[in-house]
Amino acid sequence: MTASDYDRLFHALADPTRRAILARLSLGPASVSGLAEPLGVTLTAISQHLQVLESTGLAATRKEGRVRTARVAAAGFAALEDWVAQHRALWERRLDRLGDVLDEDDG
Amino acid sequence: MPDVIHDTFVIVRTYRTAPERVFAALSDPVKKRRWYAETTESYDLDFREGGRERAVTRMGDDTPFPGAAMVAEAIHQDIVAGRRVVLAQTMSIGERRISVALITFEITTTDSGAELTFTHQAAFLPGADGPAMRKGGWELLLGRLDNALAD
Repeated sequence: MTASDYDRLFHALADPTRRAILARLSLGPASVSGLAEPLGVTLTAISQHLQVLESTGLAATRKEGRVRTARVAAAGFAALEDWVAQHRALWERRLDRLGDVLDEDDG
Repeated sequence: MPDVIHDTFVIVRTYRTAPERVFAALSDPVKKRRWYAETTESYDLDFREGGRERAVTRMGDDTPFPGAAMVAEAIHQDIVAGRRVVLAQTMSIGERRISVALITFEITTTDSGAELTFTHQAAFLPGADGPAMRKGGWELLLGRLDNALAD
């Protein structure tokens, strides 16, 4: 995950409707209409939110016949737990960059 | 149940250069900025025990806090010339403190140059978006997000 991947992940979670969708999906898969009605938003809005959630690995959807069903996906949430581990990766990059700077100065 | 996440890691690097040059990359503001704070909006370094280091990064439009300042501020705790630097650092986004860390650089001499041992011991604080999320339970995760993003 790059820094911009994390930005997109946090952006996906920053919307309260998307968080409400994930809360509902945490109880089990649901259809798009099954999500829209209790949240009081349009089918189009739910589809757009699901697109964002799918693109960041937080949810997955599948079409069966004419019904699109959504479920939570593990990848996005595992990435959040990796946030702490990413600090190590950040410092690894910085210390690599230090090596480059030392080489530039010595050369 | 305690909700601060503690994390410690160590990175060791060898550099084909004199140990004094590695130390200079920690003590000279121009040199340090080139590898530590290349893309920050501002960077200041007062290299002495009790001296402050401050790096400010502006959050982009595609983050949850567009335009907010992410500030990494540290005070040098211990300096042994050529050999050791210890800093205590806080990181904040806007008004919210995300983490507090103890950072140690140790430089030793090797046959081919210098070895740098970097130790990072951090406390990630609750209420911070993302970093302080605990494992297990969608409801806990989403409840924390609701609190953290409500302001």
